[in-house]
Amino acid sequence: MVTNIVKRILQTVLILIGVALLIFLMLRIIPGNAILTMMGDKTNPEAVERMTAELGLDKPFYVQFWMYIKGVFTGDLGTSYSLNRSVSELISTSFPNTVKLAIAAALVAWIVGIICGIIAAVKKNGIIDHLFMGVSLLGVSVPVFMVAMVLQYLLAYKLQWFPISSGNAGWVGYILPAIALGWNSAGSIARLTRSTLLEVLQEDYIDTARAKGYRQLYVIIRHALRNAVLPVITMMAVQLSSLLSGAVICETVFSINGIGRLAVAAIEARDIPLLQGTVLFSTVIVILGNLLADCLYSVLDPRIRKEV
Amino acid sequence: MKNTTLLVEHLSASFFTGRGEIKAVNDVSITVPRRSIIGIVGESGCGKSMTARSIMRLLKYPGKIVGGSIRLMGKELTALTDAEMANVRGEEISMIFQEPMTSLNPVMKVGKQVQEAILLHRKITKKEAKEEVLRMFREVGISEPEKRYNCYPHELSGGLRQRIMIAMAMICRPKLLIADEPTTALDVTVEAQILELMKGLRDTVDTSIVLISHNLGVIAEVCDYVYVMYAGQIVEQADTFTLFEDPRHPYTKGLMASVKSLEDKNTVLETIHGTVPNLLELPEGCAFSPRCGEVCENCRQAQSLIEVAPNHLVRCYASKEVQHG
Repeated sequence: MVTNIVKRILQTVLILIGVALLIFLMLRIIPGNAILTMMGDKTNPEAVERMTAELGLDKPFYVQFWMYIKGVFTGDLGTSYSLNRSVSELISTSFPNTVKLAIAAALVAWIVGIICGIIAAVKKNGIIDHLFMGVSLLGVSVPVFMVAMVLQYLLAYKLQWFPISSGNAGWVGYILPAIALGWNSAGSIARLTRSTLLEVLQEDYIDTARAKGYRQLYVIIRHALRNAVLPVITMMAVQLSSLLSGAVICETVFSINGIGRLAVAAIEARDIPLLQGTVLFSTVIVILGNLLADCLYSVLDPRIRKEV
Repeated sequence: MKNTTLLVEHLSASFFTGRGEIKAVNDVSITVPRRSIIGIVGESGCGKSMTARSIMRLLKYPGKIVGGSIRLMGKELTALTDAEMANVRGEEISMIFQEPMTSLNPVMKVGKQVQEAILLHRKITKKEAKEEVLRMFREVGISEPEKRYNCYPHELSGGLRQRIMIAMAMICRPKLLIADEPTTALDVTVEAQILELMKGLRDTVDTSIVLISHNLGVIAEVCDYVYVMYAGQIVEQADTFTLFEDPRHPYTKGLMASVKSLEDKNTVLETIHGTVPNLLELPEGCAFSPRCGEVCENCRQAQSLIEVAPNHLVRCYASKEVQHG
C-alpha cells in the first residue's frame, strides 16, 4: 500500500510540472499585452522596452518557463502587475476564505447528499424518494450563478434573513454561498449514493448479512455502505474542481475575497502572474483531492491495496 | 413434534409482477426430522430456492409468502415480527448460498464476518468471540485459522470460502441449516469434502440440514429423504433409497434417466423434452403434462399427492394405476 501511495505522489509531481507548462503556454497565446495594460497606452516605446527587459519578457519562452518553475518550487509565484504585491502573498490571504466556502459547500454537498441518498434508497419509490430525487435533479440542472442570485434576492434582499455580501459577515455570511455552491454537488452525490446503494443491496453478501440475523438498518450501515461509497468518493474528488470553479461565481456574487475573485480580478486586469498563480494553485488543489481519493480507496477496499 | 425440527405445511409464495402473480412455491409441505438431511431437487426455476428463502423469510422483492405455516421446533415463523425473525436467523436457522465467491463481503476480513454472527446473538466479549471463531474454523477444517482470520475473501479459494460460510452459519449451533446449492460452484473433489463436512456437522452439532441441489449425485450422497419439485410443487417425495430405486413420477424418472452412469454403453444422453413451463401460463391440470411421455386424459385435472407406499408420495394420477396393476 505504501509503495502504491509513493508512486502516486511521484506521478502527481510530474502532472504538476505538465500543468504548469500548459498554463504558462496558454497565457502567452491569449491576446493582449501586459506591459501596455500596466503602463497605459500613452507610454513611449523605450519605456515599454525597458520594462519588458526588466520583467524578463524579452528572453526566449523556455528561459522564462525555467525561471517560473524555479520560482514555483521556492514559493515565489512572481509579482502581480495590477496590485503590485507578491502573488503568493495575495493567494495566501485569500485562500482561507475560499477554503471556508469550499468546506461549507462540501459539508452541504457530501453530508446532505449521502444521507439523502441513503434515505431515498431505503424508501425506494416512496414519496420521500421522489421528493429527494426531484430536489436533487433541480440542483443538478440549475447553474450555480442562478441559484446564487435567486437565493441572494429572495433570502438576503427580500426577506433579509442573511447578509447580501458575505465579506465581513462571519460564518452567517457563508450559509447562502454554501447552499448555492453545494446544492449542485449534493444532487449528484445523492443520486449516485442511491443508485450504488440499491445495486449493492442486490449483492449476495447482503443476503448473507441478513441470514446472519442483521436487521435492515445494520445491514446497510455495516455491509452495504462501505461497498457503495467507492464510486461516491471518486465523484467527490471530481467535484472538487467543480466546487472550485463554482467558487469563482459564488465569491463574485457574494463578494467573498477568495481565490476565485482574485482570478476574476486578474483576468480583468490582464495580470498574467496573478492569473498564472491562481490557476496553478487551484489545479494543485484538484490534483491533491484526486490523490487523496486514490489513497482513500486503498484504505477502504482491500482488493485495490494489492494492485500496483 | 419433539423430533421434528422443521414442519412446513401448505406453504405458498408468489412474486407479484406487473404481468400477474407468479406462484413460485405452491402448496409445499416439508417435514425435517431432527438430525436428518433432507434434499430438495429440481431444475432451475422450479421453486426450490424460493422455498428455502421463504423458510428464512428472506424473499426478494416482489416475492411474498401468501399462505401456509412454517414451524421451527414448534415456533410459528410466519407469525413473527421482522425484528423477532431477525433474531431467529443465524441463531436458530442459518443459510449458506450457492456462490461462495460473492457471498462474503469483499471489504471485510473473513474472521470479522464470522465473528459478527456470534456477537450478534451471544453476550460475549470480542476476545471470546474470536476464540470461538478460531475453534469453529478448526472444526470446519480450515488450516492455519489464525492466518485465515485476517484474510479478505479475495485472498481465499472457493472451497475455503465455502468453509468460511459454513463456519459462519454454524457458529451459533443452529437447529436448522439451509444449504442452497452449496457445492454447485465448486469442483468435484472440493464438493466431496464439503458434503462430508456437512454430514459430520449434522452429527457433532446436532443440526438438521435442508440441502437444495439440482445434482442427483449430491442428493444421493448425503440425503436421508428427498423432495422432487417441479413448477413450484412437490411432485414426488420418498426416502433416498426408494426414490432412486423406484421413482414413480414421470418427471423423477426423466431426471434419473438423464444422469449418465459409467456402465452405460448408450452414447446418447437421455433428456426430458421441452422446457420448464412459464409460471404465468401453467397448463391445466398437471404442470408436467406437456412434457410427459405417459400423458392421458386424466392429466387435465389437478393432481394431488398420492401415497403409493408408506412415506412415498407421488403427484401423478398414473402412479395409482401402477400400484393397482
